[in-house]
Amino acid sequence: MIKIWDRFRHNPAAVGGLLFILLLIASALLAKQVAPQSPYAMSTTARLTGPSAVHWFGTDQFGRDIFSRIIYGSRISLQVGIIAVGFSFVLGTLMGVIAGYAGGWIDQIISRITDILFALPDILLALVIMAILGPSLNNLMLAIGIVYTPIFSRIARGAVLNIRDSLFIEAAYSMGVKQYKILLRHLLPNILSPLIVQITLSFAFAILAEASLSFLGLGVSPDTPSWGIMLSSAKDWMELSWWTAVFPGLAITLAVLSFNVVGDGLRDALDPRINNGQ
Amino acid sequence: MGRYILHRLIIAVPILIGISILTFFLIRLVPGDTVTAMLGTNYNPEQAARLRAQMGLDKPVIIQYFIWIGHVLCGNLGYSSFTDQPVLTALLQRLPVTLELALLSVLAALLISIPLGICAASKRGTAADYGSGILGMFGISVPNFWLGTLLILIFSLHLHLLPSSGFQSLSKSVPGNLLSMIMPVIALGTAVGAVTMRSTRSAMLDVLEEDYIKMAKAKGAGNLRIIWKHALRNAMVPVATIVGIQIGYLLGGSVIIEQIFGLPGIGQLALQAISNRDYSLLQGTILFVALTFIVINLAIDVIYGLINPRIRYK
Repeated sequence: MIKIWDRFRHNPAAVGGLLFILLLIASALLAKQVAPQSPYAMSTTARLTGPSAVHWFGTDQFGRDIFSRIIYGSRISLQVGIIAVGFSFVLGTLMGVIAGYAGGWIDQIISRITDILFALPDILLALVIMAILGPSLNNLMLAIGIVYTPIFSRIARGAVLNIRDSLFIEAAYSMGVKQYKILLRHLLPNILSPLIVQITLSFAFAILAEASLSFLGLGVSPDTPSWGIMLSSAKDWMELSWWTAVFPGLAITLAVLSFNVVGDGLRDALDPRINNGQ
Repeated sequence: MGRYILHRLIIAVPILIGISILTFFLIRLVPGDTVTAMLGTNYNPEQAARLRAQMGLDKPVIIQYFIWIGHVLCGNLGYSSFTDQPVLTALLQRLPVTLELALLSVLAALLISIPLGICAASKRGTAADYGSGILGMFGISVPNFWLGTLLILIFSLHLHLLPSSGFQSLSKSVPGNLLSMIMPVIALGTAVGAVTMRSTRSAMLDVLEEDYIKMAKAKGAGNLRIIWKHALRNAMVPVATIVGIQIGYLLGGSVIIEQIFGLPGIGQLALQAISNRDYSLLQGTILFVALTFIVINLAIDVIYGLINPRIRYK
């Protein structure tokens, strides 16, 4: 563990990304204290005003403070990330471990389900699920969770296949250790590395997917301070006020970038054999 | 090679069947009854029963699936409940726009990213390498819809250089068509280019470590010769896979990009189907996109086999 951290902290981009994620978490948790104004507070006298000492990132068409809305928007992004990725990690890993460990027809069925889900572009699949379920935050998290389940399943299955026939698994089996204990105590800890990396990368995808679906009007309700919604409504006003389009997009990009560089850094730290030449 | 292609085709069959089942049943999960929705305020039980029988909705679901798949196999994807137009006709009308957008995006992405990736790998550890690394990471992280919005803000609203929306078909005006495609292609192709550049760099670095490259160097081959003659073909094998995976991203991403730039493609059709609750159109569109995705992946598998003979004999 110390070695992994040691390798990770020597990657400046990854450390920078981690610091930004921590900042994001802190701002989401302390949004009430950090945000200078309520994200819903409208002001008819301060509509579409540019960045200033009072409104750091300016205001939108309803006079709402964009900086405060971005702070509160981090809550939505992180919530979607945690729940959607948590869902896909648990379900996908379970499917992958069962497929890899059981083999035979169980593996065939699970692998084919994964193949089928992979055959649909992710945003399109999420769109269809949202169209069926209807736009709401819970449905959005479920849709994104379903879309990213196959990738965890495939990674977990591959990792299990790699170590399934190892001596320590055989030893546990011959000592009469129960199947579920072998799975939980011996298999799972040994396949976690690639899954942890995927969790970080999927977090980035989930933030992007939430913003994309909200941008298209199929995500959270229009008054919610979500980065995607902010960008979507900025389309009509950006000719007069560039800040309405620039800052929410920058927030999404920085959040996604941070998770991506942390994911990359973790991959290098967890598996020093893959160093991508860095 | 023939056996290899046959093998890939056989693998695609269960996925195609699975996709058809998924598409059919997903749409059946939509709350509310199609017939009730179609009749609206003119609803009466007799007319509803007649329409249900006419559409085959009074039969068991399994039978309905087989009737539907039979029609699909004959090229009948049903009719749009909003415009009454055959779904296949609507899709074929819009296919050229999406295809052009996707092809131009891939082409632009490959033309820029592969040389950049090669350059980064051959100048490993230099400012050029780090610069392209940062560029690649930004390219992956920037949302395509934000990039599209920024491009409109800069090049249409402020500089008045490019049209912010609207589409001119190739047959009408080639320059007009290309002008309307510049910004959508940049917005959609950036992420593909970034991913391809990173994988080209990484694959080149792996290949450049191989013994046969050292051998070529020892025999006095120049840098350019080593890269173009010896390393590139082998490095392109993993890059081809990555590009294949990106096709899915392009098909999904085109939904948003077509919406932003007002391009009348399949993505926009899917969004219209969703907003009009036109489920037969949505069902047809999903099936069509999935089919296209599978066919493209099959083609890439074949190309993969052509570039890498080892795959064919596995």
